[in-house]
Amino acid sequence: MSSVQVAGRHTSARAREALFAYLLLLPALAVFAVFVFYPFAENFKLALYENPPFPGLPSHYVGLHQVSHVLTSTAFSQSLVSTIFFVLMVVPIGLFAGLALAVAAHRRLRGIAVYRLIFSSSIVSSIAVAAVIFGTLMDPVVGLLPWLGINPHPALLENPTWALPAIAVISIWQFLGLSFIIMSAGLQSVPDEILEAAAIDGASAWTRFWRVTVPLLSPTLFFALVVGSIFAFQSFGAIDILIGPQNAAFEHVNVLIYYIYQALQVQSDPGLAAVLSIVLFLITLTLTAAQLRFLERRVTYAR
Amino acid sequence: MAQVIFDGVTKRFDDVVAVDDLSLKVADGELLVLLGPSGCGKTTALRMVAGLETLSGGTISIGERVVNDVEPKNRDVAMVFQSYALYPHLSVRRNIEFPLRQRQIEKSERQRLVAEAAETLGLDSLLDRKPAQLSGGQRQRVALARAIVRSPQVFLMDEPLSNLDATLRVQTRADIVTMQQRLSTTTLYVTHDQVEAMTMGDRIAVMNTGVLQQVAPPQTLYEEPANTFVAGFIGSPGMNLLTGRAEGAGASVTVSGGSIALPERLRRAAATLTGATVGVRPESLAIGPDGSVGATVSIVELLGAEVHVITRTDDGTRVVVRQEVGRPRPRIGERVRISTIGDALTLFDPDTGQRIAAIP
Repeated sequence: MSSVQVAGRHTSARAREALFAYLLLLPALAVFAVFVFYPFAENFKLALYENPPFPGLPSHYVGLHQVSHVLTSTAFSQSLVSTIFFVLMVVPIGLFAGLALAVAAHRRLRGIAVYRLIFSSSIVSSIAVAAVIFGTLMDPVVGLLPWLGINPHPALLENPTWALPAIAVISIWQFLGLSFIIMSAGLQSVPDEILEAAAIDGASAWTRFWRVTVPLLSPTLFFALVVGSIFAFQSFGAIDILIGPQNAAFEHVNVLIYYIYQALQVQSDPGLAAVLSIVLFLITLTLTAAQLRFLERRVTYAR
Repeated sequence: MAQVIFDGVTKRFDDVVAVDDLSLKVADGELLVLLGPSGCGKTTALRMVAGLETLSGGTISIGERVVNDVEPKNRDVAMVFQSYALYPHLSVRRNIEFPLRQRQIEKSERQRLVAEAAETLGLDSLLDRKPAQLSGGQRQRVALARAIVRSPQVFLMDEPLSNLDATLRVQTRADIVTMQQRLSTTTLYVTHDQVEAMTMGDRIAVMNTGVLQQVAPPQTLYEEPANTFVAGFIGSPGMNLLTGRAEGAGASVTVSGGSIALPERLRRAAATLTGATVGVRPESLAIGPDGSVGATVSIVELLGAEVHVITRTDDGTRVVVRQEVGRPRPRIGERVRISTIGDALTLFDPDTGQRIAAIP
């Protein structure tokens, strides 16, 4: 009898504790519900409703018809291809450039802190400012290219072939700061003694880097790969500022994130924007899940 | 196989002199221990042989070759680190094989050498594991296997046993000595543990604050320490050092109100002194009613077979007496009288700390 009572008291104490925990979570949950969960659910609903042909008419339910319509459209496949090209340019170059800078700044030299500051500065630069500066540098009249004697026609940012790589350059520059910081942190975690052991064992600097540093850095590299990919999939600012829908090269630079914005703001088509958002969401989700799996399985490099 | 010669080697880090004018010769096939407290420069000296630190002055030669400007990989030395420094992403086999691969040794030969090294160190069954799956002792054996696999001219060992527990340390200590004697490879072994040094070294080089204090075989170091630092550092506990006045033409030294008689052989040397420091090992002291030096017991340590009685003389000098466990033990706070047994005394100059040799 008494043991039952004790158990009962125990349960109620735990229930009270849980209740208190939810009470403390409530403000955060409320904010998330209003600004994240509700819009997120609403987005899936929007994808199932087709926009009326004229503003003011009610939108009507079409089910998955709109989804399949969007996914099979030329505009979508062109946007997806541009996005993939864009990511393939930004991420590998950003990673390797960041790694190269991190290796260069890893040496204990006088005044190296100044370089570290410079290398990581792009992370705090406003994309608007960066876009304007790069836009000026790429300008066909006052820019750097005519000064170097390079004059593509049409101008770089209106050129169907070169507009996307030009935007990628800006994104690479912007990603470089973060990439540099992640790689630097990774390099710090590689024990000096292991590299010294490799040097004595007969490995050249090149071998030490590829056979020891890079394998020990692989969790860092993978993390930077995922973060960089998410960053690249969401590069919006430079395209909005330097290209825009009126640009001749627009359809070659219309990456997914910009297509979403343009569908909603320019075409006023929430259904289209919702479907595109879901695609981008699934891509990001896949990347994040892949990273979590990798982190779970990664070997613990105990010394 | 080769000798290693330090000739006037100095290493400065900014304002700090880590190694000061070190001259030392490690004979071919010898196991020389570099011994000293933390920060005495012993590890820096070792790293300079490996090529991991540059020299600020002097030369280091391995064999006939001055190696000051030779890359670590071309010095033909192998190093074992305190932290083992195994490659965590490679299996035990690949770890041991690593130095061979760097030297483009062909596959069948590599396999033979790895198998041989693994057998020597009892690693046969662990070859496919990763370092993270091994115990500390096993990791250290992998590090040793990686060192012996390519038969280098010199082994460099930087406190290889410090991360092991006491039992394993004693066992691995013996393994290293056996291995070194079998391979007779010149070995420089760094440690701060004087028991390790005494049991392993053919000779021991004692360093303090970057300066070499004495190089000698373990027993010589114990019996004839060159100065008061070596006297206090070697032995556990170290030599007792009692400073007082030489009296009666060197017949005795008056210490803290009592008198210590000097043996015949030291009297002519003591006669030339006014002040003198007498060094006496704890086992050469006894507590008894006829002792001449008065002291107060501060700690009594029971170590199974023996007892360390730690006392303080009236002038504040710490004196440790080692006695058999069967003898009556004084209590803490008790006043005792201490006498010397036998004539195993050492005399030091109290100003310079140097040992004063007997004048025949």
